[in-house]
Amino acid sequence: MSAQPASSAKQPPSLWARILDSDILASFLRSKVTMVAAVIVLVMFIGAAFSPWIAPTNPFDPATVFLSDANIPPAWQQGGDPKFILGTDDQGRDLYSAILYGLRVSLIVGVLGVLLAATIGITLGLLAGYLGGRVDSLIMRIADVQLTFPAILIALLIDGVVRGLFKSASREDTALYVLVISIGLSFWVQYARTIRGSTLVERNKDYVQAARLVGLPAPLIMLRHVLPNVIGPVLVILTINLALAVITEATLSFLGVGLPPTQPSLGTLISIGNRYLFSGDWWIVTFPGVTLAVLVLAVNLLGDWLRDALNPRLR
Amino acid sequence: MLAFVLRRLFQSLIVMLAVALIAFTMFRFVGDPVNQMVGVDTPQEQVAQLRRTLGLDEPVVVQFARYIYNAARLEFGVSYQFRLPVISLLGERAPATLELAFMSALFSLLVGIPMGVYTALRRDSILAKLFQTISLVGISLPTFLIGILLIYLFSVTLGWLPSFGRGEVVKIGNWWTTGLLTASGWKALILPSITLGLFQMTLIMRLVRAEMLEVLRTDYIKFARARGLRTRAIHFGHALKNTLVPVITIAGLQLGSIIAFAIITETVFQWPGMGLLFLKAVQQVDIPIMAAYLILISFLFVSINLIVDLLYALVDPRLRATVGAH
Amino acid sequence: MTETVLSVQDLTVEFVTRRGTLRALDKVSFDIARGEVLGVVGESGAGKSVTGSAIIGLIDPPGRIAGGKVVLSGERVDHLPSEQMRRVRGKRIGMIFQDPLTSLNPLYRVGEQLIETIRTHTDLNAAEARKRAIALLDEVGIPAPDKRIDGYPHEFSGGMRQRVVIALALCAKPEFIIADEPTTALDVSVQAQIISLIKRLCKERGTSVMLVTHDMGVIAETADRVAVMYAGRVAEIGPVREVIKQPLHPYTQGLMGAIPSIEGDAERLVQIPGAMPRLSAIPAGCPFNPRCSRVFDRCRIDRPELIDVGGHQVACHLYDPAKAPAGKTEIAA
Repeated sequence: MSAQPASSAKQPPSLWARILDSDILASFLRSKVTMVAAVIVLVMFIGAAFSPWIAPTNPFDPATVFLSDANIPPAWQQGGDPKFILGTDDQGRDLYSAILYGLRVSLIVGVLGVLLAATIGITLGLLAGYLGGRVDSLIMRIADVQLTFPAILIALLIDGVVRGLFKSASREDTALYVLVISIGLSFWVQYARTIRGSTLVERNKDYVQAARLVGLPAPLIMLRHVLPNVIGPVLVILTINLALAVITEATLSFLGVGLPPTQPSLGTLISIGNRYLFSGDWWIVTFPGVTLAVLVLAVNLLGDWLRDALNPRLR
Repeated sequence: MLAFVLRRLFQSLIVMLAVALIAFTMFRFVGDPVNQMVGVDTPQEQVAQLRRTLGLDEPVVVQFARYIYNAARLEFGVSYQFRLPVISLLGERAPATLELAFMSALFSLLVGIPMGVYTALRRDSILAKLFQTISLVGISLPTFLIGILLIYLFSVTLGWLPSFGRGEVVKIGNWWTTGLLTASGWKALILPSITLGLFQMTLIMRLVRAEMLEVLRTDYIKFARARGLRTRAIHFGHALKNTLVPVITIAGLQLGSIIAFAIITETVFQWPGMGLLFLKAVQQVDIPIMAAYLILISFLFVSINLIVDLLYALVDPRLRATVGAH
Repeated sequence: MTETVLSVQDLTVEFVTRRGTLRALDKVSFDIARGEVLGVVGESGAGKSVTGSAIIGLIDPPGRIAGGKVVLSGERVDHLPSEQMRRVRGKRIGMIFQDPLTSLNPLYRVGEQLIETIRTHTDLNAAEARKRAIALLDEVGIPAPDKRIDGYPHEFSGGMRQRVVIALALCAKPEFIIADEPTTALDVSVQAQIISLIKRLCKERGTSVMLVTHDMGVIAETADRVAVMYAGRVAEIGPVREVIKQPLHPYTQGLMGAIPSIEGDAERLVQIPGAMPRLSAIPAGCPFNPRCSRVFDRCRIDRPELIDVGGHQVACHLYDPAKAPAGKTEIAA
């Protein structure tokens, strides 16, 4: 019977082939929540990318910001000003523009931090899994120890240390890089573990053995042959980690060790707004807070869906 | 069993040494201890003299050994900002953090486990879906936002609960202070505990749910159903027991992260604990406090890990057997 | 052997999936008399295990019993309210699972699991139940049962664990037990012991057995009658000796050809070409037709029903006296 064509492919099908073939697309179209989340994430990314063109004002250009405009409530409230839809903060900056710019900063830090973490993690994971032996046990031991500590604590420590090392440089110039490094070094472990696990499996498969016999150099085998086959789960981690990274950045900024008020992220804006919570100026903290919560929730929903869709057992 | 305990103890020791090395590196090379102690106008020879008395001219290995020796006696040096011994600063604030962490852990377990069991057993009920949604929101909302939200609701709008501080505290013995003996202390504890515990609660709920669903799929549960055991006995006897074994591990580890996450909660609520002190140290690059906090927290984590591992071995008969065989 | 203990009539089980409804069992019918052992054979996916789960009422969603009935000693037990069905399970229908390594709860002592089951179905107090449990362990051949009763499952070998599983299945004295591949996961050396244990215990108690297996050898030794299943249907059913001596269905013939016998030479070992169809692609007419060497037109259109042929029943058009494709309207979907 020829109902089941014998699959002769030695390598598993590529990720895109699997995505198009499998139920992932179907499950995406079926889940309304996921689609809404995807639209939200997309809109936020676009808003962040084009914030200098979308935002009505540049909230950080001293020439356009006047202290006399400080603490104006949202436009629909009594005392509101149609110029400032969501009101203004304590410096007289337009909150809507500030949120767009803050979103941009938050996403830049989040994406760069996650990419750094993934790069470190994937590299170390491949090395550990492919080379094995002492390299493996050293890397994995470090990973084990680091995993014991919450990322936020590690990020705080790294943040403190890096700022101790670059004491001379002004905080405005270094804050963003310090945050990216802190996040990158805090989140690499999960990638390394995942990649190492699947590399161990792939390493012993025929196609890798064949590539080895042909005499391809190890780095080439790792990058060209092993990596494409182990990258699938990394996508899920990337998504969920983006949410975590954005939270971490916001938290660090809220705690006052992240981005300074002159270059605010969503966390910085919330931290500023928090000071005016008791004076009744609720909008300064609410709008950045809601933006952050919605962004993280949407990214988490996408990650949840992606994980379920890629995990055949839950289907 | 003894061999297992010894091996785990040895591993813990290695971890502590590694942490101590990091702390020492920070202490010695990131912030120069001498520069922080002397003024700009201190003569050169006096600086050199100070270096010698502090032993900073000796080989690094010797310095590291001395650092460990001092750390073991809880000597972590003097804070740059406060000019006070680090250990007394930390000790003063430890009770506040520990009480907060304990209440949060209690809250997260007492609420998280029943919610997880419920959502696993009544997977399609409306309440279970509501819990699932809440848990997703709980995981997505950063701790500090939850704190701000609670303050806005219960302190600013309703005026029911205080928004900062520990309330009235009572001194017990030489150094422990507790807020658990006064009404205002309890009131002050409510909002911070919920804020800190909410994330862990959702985590535990999701973990219990996933683990329970997994257990409900196993052959021994099917066999128990095929034997006609009562549903209640299957769910709350067989399934729950098997679910809770791995949950113990995670819950134990969560206790560690609760203490670390306390940094955020303490900032939001101006809670006078170690976290707030550590945060001020990070802001001011007060290395001695950072290093000491790192070592103390690590010690706490490693001890919790060790205890959890041993507990796990006691609870799971399979592990007890393999452990005993070593 | 006249009294019918279990009667399965036109049992149909469906799984509703996103890609359509799959029919795992399609009008399966058979009877089991008191004290009788019915062997059920077939390849994996033929519906043997689903039959067992359907009888005991443990089909998990999205599966459901879509038609037919299950009658236990004159009483319908399909679609019973769940609390009543629970009382049937274990008490009147026992079940032995395939893998003794995973069918015992690792965190409970063997005795706790036995006593719990006994006390669920009887009025015995804890001490009496323990006594009964020890006696049962002794009966299933566990040495030093008064000591082993306090052991955890992992302290038992695979064969010993399967004996515990048998004790658990029999502890409330059910009138009928389902043994779902009870030896597949065991070492060859203990397989025979377990099979003869089940056979002996059931004979002593007059318990009827449905023995699910893919091992014709086990069936030949143990069963009184055998049902051959293919793609969710019964292809042939009858007394073991007759089915083995004179298999009628081309599939059964192939299956018999596929067991090596001692006296036969290697040439007699034939293989059936192809594989059993997936549930999503069962061909019209006789599900075996694409693989059958004696297929003819009618097989591709008309679903064969079980017909009596020389002492047993077979679902094959070859044995239908009216051989030409009749204008039957009832065609399996």
